[in-house]
Amino acid sequence: MAKILKTKEICTNIWEFIIEAPLIASKAQAGQFLILRLHERGERIPLTLADWDPEAGTVTLVVQAVGKSTREMVERFGEGDEIRDVVGPLGLPSEIKRYGTVVCVGGGVGIAPIYPIARALKAAGNGVVTIAGARRRDLLFWLDKLDAVSDELIVTTDDGSFGRKGLVTEPLRELLEAGRVDKIWAIGPAVMMKFCSLTASEFDVPIVVSLNPIMIDGTGMCGVCRVEVAGETKFACVDGPEFEGDKVNWDLFLARLAMYRDLEEKALEAYRATTEERL
Amino acid sequence: MTIVPRKTPMREQPPAERIRNFHEVPLGYTPEEAVQEAKRCLQCKRAPCIQGCPVNIKIPQFIRRIAEGDFRGAIRKIKEDNYLPAICGRVCPQEIQCEAVCTLGKKFEPVAIGRLERFAADWEYEAGVEIPPPGKPTGFRVAVVGSGPAGLTCAAELRRYGHEVTIFEALHEPGGVLVYGIPEFRLPKCIVTQEVENVRRLGVEIRLNVVVGRTVTVDELFADGFHAVFVGSGAGLPRFLEIPGESLVGVYSANEFLTRVNLMRAYLFPEYDTPIKVGRRVAVVGGGNVAMDAARTALRLGAEEVMVLYRRTEAEMPARAEEVHHAKEEGVEFHFLVNPVRFLGEDGVLRGVECVRMELGEPDASGRRRPIPIEGSNFTMEVDTAIIAIGNSPHPLIPRTTPGLEVSRQGTIVADDLGVTSREGVFAGGDIVTGAATVILAMGAGKRAAYAIDRYLREKYGRKGAG
Ligand SMILES: Cc1cc2nc3c(=O)[nH]c(=O)nc-3n(C[C@H](O)[C@H](O)[C@H](O)COP(=O)(O)OP(=O)(O)OC[C@H]3O[C@@H](n4cnc5c(N)ncnc54)[C@H](O)[C@@H]3O)c2cc1C
Ligand SMILES: Cc1cc2nc3c(=O)[nH]c(=O)nc-3n(C[C@H](O)[C@H](O)[C@H](O)COP(=O)(O)OP(=O)(O)OC[C@H]3O[C@@H](n4cnc5c(N)ncnc54)[C@H](O)[C@@H]3O)c2cc1C
Ligand code: FES
Repeated sequence: MAKILKTKEICTNIWEFIIEAPLIASKAQAGQFLILRLHERGERIPLTLADWDPEAGTVTLVVQAVGKSTREMVERFGEGDEIRDVVGPLGLPSEIKRYGTVVCVGGGVGIAPIYPIARALKAAGNGVVTIAGARRRDLLFWLDKLDAVSDELIVTTDDGSFGRKGLVTEPLRELLEAGRVDKIWAIGPAVMMKFCSLTASEFDVPIVVSLNPIMIDGTGMCGVCRVEVAGETKFACVDGPEFEGDKVNWDLFLARLAMYRDLEEKALEAYRATTEERL
Repeated sequence: MTIVPRKTPMREQPPAERIRNFHEVPLGYTPEEAVQEAKRCLQCKRAPCIQGCPVNIKIPQFIRRIAEGDFRGAIRKIKEDNYLPAICGRVCPQEIQCEAVCTLGKKFEPVAIGRLERFAADWEYEAGVEIPPPGKPTGFRVAVVGSGPAGLTCAAELRRYGHEVTIFEALHEPGGVLVYGIPEFRLPKCIVTQEVENVRRLGVEIRLNVVVGRTVTVDELFADGFHAVFVGSGAGLPRFLEIPGESLVGVYSANEFLTRVNLMRAYLFPEYDTPIKVGRRVAVVGGGNVAMDAARTALRLGAEEVMVLYRRTEAEMPARAEEVHHAKEEGVEFHFLVNPVRFLGEDGVLRGVECVRMELGEPDASGRRRPIPIEGSNFTMEVDTAIIAIGNSPHPLIPRTTPGLEVSRQGTIVADDLGVTSREGVFAGGDIVTGAATVILAMGAGKRAAYAIDRYLREKYGRKGAG
């Protein structure tokens, strides 16, 4: 059981949760995640450790409500409620060292997981340029937090409602053209990570992406999270979730993400029906 | 005395009915049937069955008590050597253990030892389970990693020696393979829950959702004041065929398939949140218990045709005879001497499998004849689901995060018969030491390790204990 200490909608449909998890907080490192199960009948949901406080024994999660489980989490779980199971930290930590200048790209809800990585890279003495992108202004969050750990923060929106108009790959390309990038981290929707990787390869700059395939146990036991990297099968939960972006088989990754789309919709419908019953 | 040549039959759910539910298939003996079967035992002096049992249950003695109607006496006798009889009675491969050497079995069918073991255990559940008192407190604290049969048995036994025990389990439910692997229709989860409850009642603390090696390391367990650590983390890493197309949508590892259904209750989706998909034509690759479980589960989820593809012949299949028999009754098709070479897909989704025919050559290291592909015999089968059930390997997490722990080339922890490893204070047993094996072997290893841990603690810290 893990108690929820605080919840807050930080932008449209994206929520911040602070939960009590002292063991995880004391061990957490940038790049790792946890798995939680809301209740007895719940599925296991992987979520990145977006922040943590070892002294307070808490971790911060940022959740985008996309389907049945995440919707249920933001709609039915509030301050003081208990989450039935929480396990972590899982996955390998980001390889934090002094690279020189690092560009951290966070897209959509990926802004949250990029934050602790940018912070750690900064603390390790890197120059950190952060690019945060979203479709619209109301889907941006944590810009102040990112600003505090970056030497430069670039914000983009698809529709130009805030910051630069356009996709995150555009400022990324400019930085690469200016030739001052030693390493890139990109976290966000698969398509964004794919295009960031293609851009990085053009300039021969190494890029790390964080893959978020479907997972169950998160301990290497089931293999549902397998991804193909440099022609080899890897389990994202134990060999990742971070991999070299230019070596990922993105088509396979996207196909596997969509594996349960029809059933996910069915689950959401069934959930909506129970919500209506309640009203 | 007249000898009854055949085992007293056990009632079962009829195949046509049971493939539409997840309830247990064999229904167990009534007291009358059990007594009748127990009377078949010749009570032979030599009792080869005891040697045939990996934990040397005093078989003729418990059977005699059943024959006399003393069911409490029977279960007490079994529990002197076996903590998990309700489970072992259901899942042990008796036909290659106790029943293989039964004297009666030389001419007739052997005594149904497994069924009688199950009967006695089930009877106890109805009548009330006796929990033996824990030993006098020693003040020693032992950490047990993993709550499979090895960990549960080791923990229970350590309590009998009087040590304090905490089990650390990575998943949200205790039981190991017993909960995530073996399906409900073969081992009802309420039985596992009950066994775990018994271990808790002995005073064992079970901490779920702790991944040793991540949440806490073995070194940190010692730093936290544990005097010894038992590693019973099993062989949970699914092996793949390493052929093209293995990551297509529709290709499962048996672990994924069975975990979704058993641990996550996907067969009750959407009442439970975790989904599962099974197509019309399912190929299961492998010939062990895991393959049988996956095939029979697929049928129950509504597959029209389920085919087991095995690269040797029926004689070499490692599955329990009863499982093969049940699978056949239920309509699972067996294709022997075939091996997949490639999965075929369209837009990332499985559409078929290309196989090659095999023939048996010279015996290999396992003593079984090695399957050799017949060149040019390739053919394809249309399938929309494939389940890979070719075995599991030990998980590298604990060895990797525990300095000084010697590991074999196969990734198993190196330990002697008592579970003593290369690292002082660290003991190991079960599948993590042997590679994927059986429940009873894991249990026996847990029990012997408890003995070794007790001896180690007393030798190291003296007789007075930790206090
Ligand atoms: C290592 C890891 C870290 C993650 N970190 C976060 C995080 O910090 N914040 C967060 O909001 N989400 C994160 N995710 C994704 C999150 O786990 C999924 O969104 C969630 O499980 C979806 O469950 P659901 O029942 O709400 O939606 P579902 O009904 O399962 O899915 C609804 C929709 O979301 C898509 N979807 C499902 N799973 C994923 C996924 N893994 N990634 C992207 N899209 C998916 C589906 O294709 C579908 O379109 C992470 C995933 C992984 C593997
Ligand atoms: C589908 C299937 C069917 C089978 N059928 C039979 C059968 O009919 N008869 C039979 O005798 N045997 C059968 N077996 C084999 C048998 O189940 C195993 O040999 C036995 O369970 C091994 O016991 P164990 O305690 O060593 O490991 P497991 O049962 O694997 O338990 C290990 C436990 O440790 C946990 N763990 C792992 N790593 C960590 C970590 N780092 N931190 C914390 N916890 C951890 C795991 O989550 C798991 O709960 C079957 C196996 C499978 C998969
Ligand atoms: S989630 Fe099961 S192996 Fe990665």
